[in-house]
Amino acid sequence: MAGLTKSQIGGFLARQGILVAFALFIIGFTIANPRFIDPDNIMGVVRSSAILGVMALGVTFVVISGNLDLSVGSMMSFSTIVVLDLHDKIGPTLAIPTMFAMTLALGAFIGFLVAFLKLNSLIVTLGMLSAIHGLTLTYSGGKNMDIADKEGTWFSVFGQGDIAGISVPILIFLLLALVLGVVLAKTPFGRKVYAVGGNGTAATFSGVRRARVVFMCYIISAFCVATAGLLQASRSLGSQNTVGQGLELEVLAAVILGGASLLGGSGTIFKTVIGVLILGFITNGLLLVGLQFYVQFVVTWVIIILAVWLDIAAKRGKLWSPIA
Amino acid sequence: MSDPTPVLRLEGIVKTFPGVRALDGVSLTILPGEVHALMGENGAGKSTLMKVLGGIHQPDEGQIIVSEEPVVMSGPLDAKAKGIVFIHQELSLADELSVAENIYLGELPRKRFGLVDWAELEAKTNAILEKLKVGFNAKTRVGDLSIANQQMVEIARALTVDAKAVIFDEPTASLTDAEKIVLFEVIADLQAQGVGIAYISHRMEEIFKITDRISVLRDGQYQGTVNTADTNEEGVTQMMIGRKLDLSRNESHHELGNVALEVRDLSCGKLFQNVSFEVRRGEVVGFYGLVGAGRTEIAETLFGLRNPTGGTILLDGEVVSINSPYDAIEKGISLVPEDRKGQGLVLGMNCRDNMTLPQVDDLKAGPFVADGAEIAIFDLYRDKLDIRTPGWKQQVGNLSGGNQQKIVIGKWLSMHPNVLIVDEPTRGIDVGSKAEIHNLLRELAAQGYAVIVISSEMPEVLHVSDRIVAMYSGRITRTFTSEEVTEDNLIQAISGIGGDKVA
Repeated sequence: MAGLTKSQIGGFLARQGILVAFALFIIGFTIANPRFIDPDNIMGVVRSSAILGVMALGVTFVVISGNLDLSVGSMMSFSTIVVLDLHDKIGPTLAIPTMFAMTLALGAFIGFLVAFLKLNSLIVTLGMLSAIHGLTLTYSGGKNMDIADKEGTWFSVFGQGDIAGISVPILIFLLLALVLGVVLAKTPFGRKVYAVGGNGTAATFSGVRRARVVFMCYIISAFCVATAGLLQASRSLGSQNTVGQGLELEVLAAVILGGASLLGGSGTIFKTVIGVLILGFITNGLLLVGLQFYVQFVVTWVIIILAVWLDIAAKRGKLWSPIA
Repeated sequence: MSDPTPVLRLEGIVKTFPGVRALDGVSLTILPGEVHALMGENGAGKSTLMKVLGGIHQPDEGQIIVSEEPVVMSGPLDAKAKGIVFIHQELSLADELSVAENIYLGELPRKRFGLVDWAELEAKTNAILEKLKVGFNAKTRVGDLSIANQQMVEIARALTVDAKAVIFDEPTASLTDAEKIVLFEVIADLQAQGVGIAYISHRMEEIFKITDRISVLRDGQYQGTVNTADTNEEGVTQMMIGRKLDLSRNESHHELGNVALEVRDLSCGKLFQNVSFEVRRGEVVGFYGLVGAGRTEIAETLFGLRNPTGGTILLDGEVVSINSPYDAIEKGISLVPEDRKGQGLVLGMNCRDNMTLPQVDDLKAGPFVADGAEIAIFDLYRDKLDIRTPGWKQQVGNLSGGNQQKIVIGKWLSMHPNVLIVDEPTRGIDVGSKAEIHNLLRELAAQGYAVIVISSEMPEVLHVSDRIVAMYSGRITRTFTSEEVTEDNLIQAISGIGGDKVA
């Protein structure tokens, strides 16, 4: 009986611990600097988290299916550079779908390698991180990419526009979160993503075509990356080749902070959104309490490690155990 | 009989796990220089007993006594230090290391600065290998050896200490006949040196060839010890299976329909060859044989998990090719797999989602999964199969083995398959649920399903089958009707004895 209670507590922590932690952060930072909960500040944090957030939505699918995607950062650079370049060459109306098609092709290639050739996703996407970076540099010739007429293009609406007082990146992030959240939670495909990540063998034995499911997860991830690239390009209207560099780790951090297991089979879109916000608010809070920007990379790492540790501890009911 | 000091004595060992009394007062005495067989059906408690002896589990009651001294085993290494050595069925060797490194892993001889003393290591290893008369030396990479020779490395490991007792767990499972002879010679040598041998095996011929005494476990209880010379296969089988267990044959036959599944000369490489049989609607066909006889592999081939190398599969009279489980399910073949937790269920998912997983694509309301339809299916089969769970939201991992198995069975029944293949349906399931599942299988046949039951438990096969297919090393040796089957002729058929004579 005691064991049951303990596992119930563990289960509660594993499920809700992240919300509790989030609340504590907000209270703590607010006491340190009341400006933290100023509506303008909050909107600012959400807006600056939107690009990261959009990418995290796609990676959530990949992680729940039991795989990794470390290529999203350099893939986002690729999308940004491509759409900026094509903007002046073929106009934004054609540039956007072309960029999406090219990014999806990259996602399909990764999906093919991981899902159908059954290569290890860590190796494949780590390799693609570097390969896509090379592809981007080749495409741009190493130069920064800028839109010629920054004032006269409607293209800036995605990154800089407002609808009913809410900035467009936030709306796109929330809309995409809603759609993908429903796909994951409510459709047969979503169910199969959980099954494949939870126990791929059992899923196969139940007639789930595992490779197709994993492949689709990478397509969704690539779609999210393309959307993020669009937001990034539209916000800045000019970009370096390295704009997405390092984002893959922040994205993964947000997904894990949200409580998705790296082993697959668990996590939700809602939790990932919370993870994204936590990461955003911590960064912002640390700035507001006067911590140097560079320190944040370290702090982010510490937070990820703590989150992963607590996640494992909650599952085994102990903080430390000699065997995994 | 003289009374030498036993090398190893177990007294009244009790070990319980939640809900199961795995060992219930087991006693066992192993004398120096004897080969002592430990027998019992799957789930009788042999492995648990070995784990207690190896210190992996601690007994709840009872004592382990090594050479008259009560001991507490803290783990396999501790057991080895005390002179009790295990040779496991599944080898635990590091493929990339040399024979010598494997043998002395964890206790490599050292010289100054903690460096390995390679010369001594090699000399010590070769001395042991010489005793075993093997055709490889200390420097051979273990991964390059045959399974039999790898087993010899395991045995060599055992000889590095002054072993008092050596426990062999199904050592011949992967050996050829020639290799067995070498193994038996090694055992005879050990015996001559006064080492006590415990020998776990299912193979009667071996037991009667090399052992001196036989102890039998059944349902965790010690059934007694007999001198091998004073008994025979039937006697031992009786002890293993026990009269109190229901060994009755199935007598209620249902009306048979047309042939749902026919298999002609199906082969899959070395796994099984030229297998032919048919299953009619309304019929339960039992597949009985030893582990490794090829039964599961046939099921996996029918379910699209393996590609046959020859032969044909006919469903309702039509030749089909089955390339994946998805294919098989589309064509109406379902498999309740042997490894419930590894293959049958997504343990982290809830009961309902596990049950409806194969048909989730068909249960749609618009683009979404139809919640109501899913819950209706779950409720229906929860009631039909009497699945005891607080509700559909319960994670499957929290259910008992019997209820988990019913979820897997329910998963397939709700798809209304033509052929239901059930592999080891009651492995690891308590006695009460076993009977329920047996009744269920009979009932399914009555409803017109064609059912294949694969089992290593004779009572189970006898109890549920209309016909029994006996297999021995990849071939069907004989097919029985439930009227003609007896324990004796069935045991003969699965041991390969007289299999050819009976046409």
